[in-house]
Amino acid sequence: MTETFSIGKYLRKLKLPFCSGCGIFTVMNTFLRGAHELGHKDLSKFVFCSGIGCSSWIPSPYFIADSIHTPHGRSIPVATGVKLLRPDLNVVVFGGDGDIVGIGLSHFIHAARRNLDVLVIMVNNMVYGMTGGQVAPTTPFGTRTTTTPYGSFEQPLDSARLAVTAGACYSARWTTTHSNELKESIKKAIKTQGFRFIEVVSQCPTAFGRRVGFRDVGEMLKWLRQNSVPIQKAEQMREEELANKIVVGVFAQRKRVTLTETISNIIEEAQRIAK
Amino acid sequence: MKTIKQGTYFWQGNEACAEAAITAGCRFFAGYPITPASEIAEHMAKRLPQVGGIAIQMEGEMASIGAVVGASWAGAKAMTATSGPGFSLMQEFIGYAFMTETPCVIVDVQRAGPSTGQATKCGQGDVMQSRWGTHGDYSAIVLSPNSVQEMFTLTIRAFNLAEKYRTPVILLADETIVHMRERITVPPIESIKIISRRKPRTEEKAFFGPEEIPPMPAVGEGFNVAVTGSTHNEYGIRFTASPIVHRRLVERLNNKIERHVDEIADFESYNIDECQIGIVSYGCTSRAIHEVVENSEKRGIKTGYIRLKTLWPFPEKMVKRMAESAEKIIVPEMNLRQIFYEVERAAKGLAKIIQLNKIGGGELITPEELLVKLEEMEKND
Repeated sequence: MTETFSIGKYLRKLKLPFCSGCGIFTVMNTFLRGAHELGHKDLSKFVFCSGIGCSSWIPSPYFIADSIHTPHGRSIPVATGVKLLRPDLNVVVFGGDGDIVGIGLSHFIHAARRNLDVLVIMVNNMVYGMTGGQVAPTTPFGTRTTTTPYGSFEQPLDSARLAVTAGACYSARWTTTHSNELKESIKKAIKTQGFRFIEVVSQCPTAFGRRVGFRDVGEMLKWLRQNSVPIQKAEQMREEELANKIVVGVFAQRKRVTLTETISNIIEEAQRIAK
Repeated sequence: MKTIKQGTYFWQGNEACAEAAITAGCRFFAGYPITPASEIAEHMAKRLPQVGGIAIQMEGEMASIGAVVGASWAGAKAMTATSGPGFSLMQEFIGYAFMTETPCVIVDVQRAGPSTGQATKCGQGDVMQSRWGTHGDYSAIVLSPNSVQEMFTLTIRAFNLAEKYRTPVILLADETIVHMRERITVPPIESIKIISRRKPRTEEKAFFGPEEIPPMPAVGEGFNVAVTGSTHNEYGIRFTASPIVHRRLVERLNNKIERHVDEIADFESYNIDECQIGIVSYGCTSRAIHEVVENSEKRGIKTGYIRLKTLWPFPEKMVKRMAESAEKIIVPEMNLRQIFYEVERAAKGLAKIIQLNKIGGGELITPEELLVKLEEMEKND
C-alpha cells in the first residue's frame, strides 16, 4: 500500500453532529480505514443504507458515496431491493441497536435466513441515544434509563448469536476499545459473501454513560474493556459468570449459498422454461 | 413467452395488472400474501423471472415496500400489491417515497374494513386513506380502475405517472374488479406509451430540486446520491431545523402534483352540462351507471355522470361544472361517504349532493337500487 490513510478523502466537508466522546467516531474511522486497506480509494463500489438513530448518520450524508437513509428500522428491506438489482455493489447497512434489533428485528432475522449479501454494522450503545436514553432491547438487566427509572426489568438480546442462528455467514462482536480487531473484522466481512453482521458495543456518554454513573468517557471505555470476554474463554464459563459481560470475537464464519446466487439460478431456469 | 403480445385475452383483473406492469417495464416486485391481492404476487413470481426480473416475497408489507424503494433507487421500475391491512402498514414508506421522490407503484385492492374486516368481500373504504394515509403534508396520485381492461391500462398509466412525476402512485382497485374475468384487448405493444424517469447528465448534482421534477440517478452510477426522508436541500443534505429548506421542499413536492391536476386527473363523462341529475362514481360501483343513465333517460330524467378514473388529485373543476347544470348529484359508494364530501366541497353549494352507501358482504350497489334512488330524488322536487 503506497497511499497513507486520510479520512477526509471519504467524507463530505460537513460538520459531524455526534457528541464528543461518542463511539461512532471510532466505528466511522475504523470502517473507512478498513476500506482503505482493502484498496478502496473511494467508496464508488459501495452503497450504504441506514435507518434512524445516531449511528444511521455514519454514512448519511457524510460519506462521499451513494447512501439511502430510510425510515426507522427499514434499512435492511431497502438494502434488499438495492442488492438484488445491483449484485455487483457492496451494500453496507449501518444502524444502532434500536434500529437493527429493536424495531427492525424481523428484517434482520429474515435477511440472515435468506442469506442476503449485505454487511450489517450495528453500533450497540445499549440505549436509545438520539431520543434521550430510553431502554433498548440491548440494555443490560437492571440499568436505569429514562423509561426504566427503577431499573430495566428485561433481559438483553444477544444479537451476534442470533445472527448465527438465523444463518449469517459471518458474525462478530467487538467493543470500541477493540479497534484493531474491529478493523480486521470489517475487512474480512467486506470480502465475505452472504449475510455478514458486526456488532460494535459502543459508548454513549450523553444518554447512557453519565446516567449510569460513569464520570467520563475514559471510565466507560475502561468498563467496556474490562467487561469484555473473548469468545473462547466465555465457552468455559458458566452462565451466571457471564451476566452483563460482553462476549467478543468471531461467532461464525462460513459459506452458504447466497440469495444473489439462488435468484440468478431461478431467472436462468424460468427463462429456459419460457423459451 | 416473454412480454405479452398484442391480442385478445380472457384475464382476471389481478392477472391484467401483473401483465401490464411487466409491459410498462416493471422488473422488480416485492409483496406479502393478502386476500384479495395475492394473485398479483403469484403472477409476478411466475412471469418476472421469465423476462429477467425479480419477484420476492418479503416478511411483511413494510419490508415489501422497502425493497421496492431500494429497487427503484437501483434503477428499476418496481411495484408492490396489497389490500387494506397491508396498505395501512405501508403508509410510512409511502410518505418516504413521496419525500425522497422515489417512483414506484402500490396496488391496493380494497376489501371491507376496518381492520381485518371481511377479507374476501369487496369494499371502497380506502379512498381517504389513499389520499391522507401517511403523516405530514403531501399530495397523492390515486387511480381507480373499473374493469379488467382498466386494470391493464391504468397499471401502465400508474407507472408512467410515477416515472414522470417521480412520486409513488397508488392503483386503488377493489375486490370485484380484480377477481372477475373479462375479455381484454392488448393493443400493439409499440403503440403503448411508456415513460421512464429522466436521468441526470454526468455533471449534474442536484437531484432533489430546484427543478420541479429533478432528474433521478441510480445508486452505483457515480453520482454519490444522498437519499433521505428527513428534510433535505436539493443535494440531499439534511436540514432538520431550517424553515426555508422545509417549506421549499414540501411545497415543491405538493405543487409538482397539484399544479398538474388537469393532466393527471382522468375521467369519463357524459352529459354533464345538460343534466338534471348527475352521478359521480368510481371503481366497481361505476359499472352500474351506463344502465342507470339509459333507463332514467327513457323515463324522461336527464341524467349525466362523471366516472372517476383518477380519485386524487380530485377533478374539482369537472364536478363544479356538473353542479352548475344538475340540481342534484348522487354519489354511490361502497363506503360510508368518502368521495361524497369531496363532491360536496367541489360543488360549492350549486347542487344538492345525495349519498347512496352500501357496505358489507361484498354486495354491490345494483343499477335497480340506483334507479330507485334517482326516482325518489326526482319525486322529492
